[in-house]
Amino acid sequence: MVRFEGVEKTYPAYRGKPSVRALQNIDFAVPRGSITGVIGRSGAGKSSLVRLINGLEKPTTGRVEVDGRDISALSGRELRLAQRSIGMIFQHFNLLSSRTAAANIALPLEIAGWSKADIAVRVAELLDLVDIADKHDRYPSELSGGQKQRIGIARALATRPSVLLSDEATSALDPQTTRAILDLLANINRELGVTIILITHEMSVVRQLANEVVVIDAGDIVERGHVADIFTHPKQAITQTFLAEVLGESIPISLASRLQEAPVPGGQAVLRVLVRGDAGDTVVARLARELSIDVALLSARIDEIGGQRVGSLIVGVPGGDATAAQVLAYLSQHQFSAERLGYVA
Amino acid sequence: MSPELINLIIQATGESLFMVAVAALVATALGLPIGIFLATSGKGELFAAPKINAILGVIVNATRSTPFIILVVAIIPFTRLIAGTSIGSGAAIVPLTIAATPFIARLVEAAIREVDAGLIETASSFGATPLQIVLKVLIPEALPGLLLALTLAVVSLLGYSAMVGAVGGGGLGDLGIRYGYQRFMPEMMLAVVVVLIALVQTVQTVGDYFAKRVNRRLRHR
Repeated sequence: MVRFEGVEKTYPAYRGKPSVRALQNIDFAVPRGSITGVIGRSGAGKSSLVRLINGLEKPTTGRVEVDGRDISALSGRELRLAQRSIGMIFQHFNLLSSRTAAANIALPLEIAGWSKADIAVRVAELLDLVDIADKHDRYPSELSGGQKQRIGIARALATRPSVLLSDEATSALDPQTTRAILDLLANINRELGVTIILITHEMSVVRQLANEVVVIDAGDIVERGHVADIFTHPKQAITQTFLAEVLGESIPISLASRLQEAPVPGGQAVLRVLVRGDAGDTVVARLARELSIDVALLSARIDEIGGQRVGSLIVGVPGGDATAAQVLAYLSQHQFSAERLGYVA
Repeated sequence: MSPELINLIIQATGESLFMVAVAALVATALGLPIGIFLATSGKGELFAAPKINAILGVIVNATRSTPFIILVVAIIPFTRLIAGTSIGSGAAIVPLTIAATPFIARLVEAAIREVDAGLIETASSFGATPLQIVLKVLIPEALPGLLLALTLAVVSLLGYSAMVGAVGGGGLGDLGIRYGYQRFMPEMMLAVVVVLIALVQTVQTVGDYFAKRVNRRLRHR
């Protein structure tokens, strides 16, 4: 498992540029065998976070533990040994163009000093694991993005690490290939029990794969928890903007154009309700039964996230602002996040 | 052209090739590590040593900016020390090597710097030592560029080797000056130039072939 304790990372002033504090007050633990998504905008400090985990950089204060060892206190040979228990995959794959698929996968094993015979056996296993055994002798220039990332994954797993870091590993891939790579990572997590830390700026990646999520912004952890909790009860504005991306632009354009800020006599109030679990499916029926209000379903999207059904509904509430307030009060009492978007005629 | 003259050309070609081959070998043996060091010893790099890097850079530049013919004359005492004489093809190897080493070092530096920094970071994250990164990542990835650099160095050395002929260095340049110029034998001058062109052409073609062969960044089908 990976644990951050009171970590701060400041890059010193250099050539007239002021010093930059990339991370502060970082305290969190990634449980063994989990898939944790670390999401943030570019420049939020995600890359610094990864480089602290694999020991490429040291924290200014605090400690970073991997499997109980303080990786920030290691150096030289000890650090290099520890790095073998941390695999990493990259956005641009970072394969050696001069080596075949098999030889690329062999690289970390050569570095670790394995014998040629052991390397051959292990590489064959890994090519099978990532399902590209037929590409053994191909050079990266002859492979597609998805195939290159499969080699990247096989290479990262070569030394049997306990932690796999994924730094925007699907950001350069098309949606279909992204899906296949995320499925592969999920399998690896399930079958090998490898802890996966996903660094990404895309909530859809977190949604498809992670069980835990950490939201970072301007070097701070602003929110963290189970994926389903964060998706249904986002507390921070930044989290909500990430969610809006994945839940889609949930206000249909035709509705958005009719939306007004002031109540319309005889019209409807438009509410967005974030729903979670089984309750979500029945919220409209419950409003009708318990409040005797016939809400109109204007737009809805329900998905499965972190093993739970999660969705966003846009509903129209007739009968003026008082009724809308009554509905909002009911929803908040029953632990739904809801907001008023406006009014339509 | 008489058989004696043809023999002279063959002998001079042999001398030129000998000078160039030995100078290229020694200069590569010296220039490759210097070039790799120059490319990897800046601030925050693999073998970070910015001060040594800067000093080495100044030495390399100083050697590179000295006109070759002046370098040859200026280091005659050093040449005598190494070769025992300052005349002949053997002695000419000394200034040729000294001129080619910084040239190769700069070409090697440029080729190594072409390697994606992400690959160094990747290998570091696997726990590779700096030496492993040089041997397993930087040199193999830069190989096409390194071969082209070596080709360029050999071609330049052929030109330099003709120049040492002017100061008694032997080889094709010596032949061209003594027979073609001083004895007014235009056909000898022409023959020397034709042989040099053929040599340069051959070296370049062979270098290009191997550089292309090891370049896996391009699709081969």
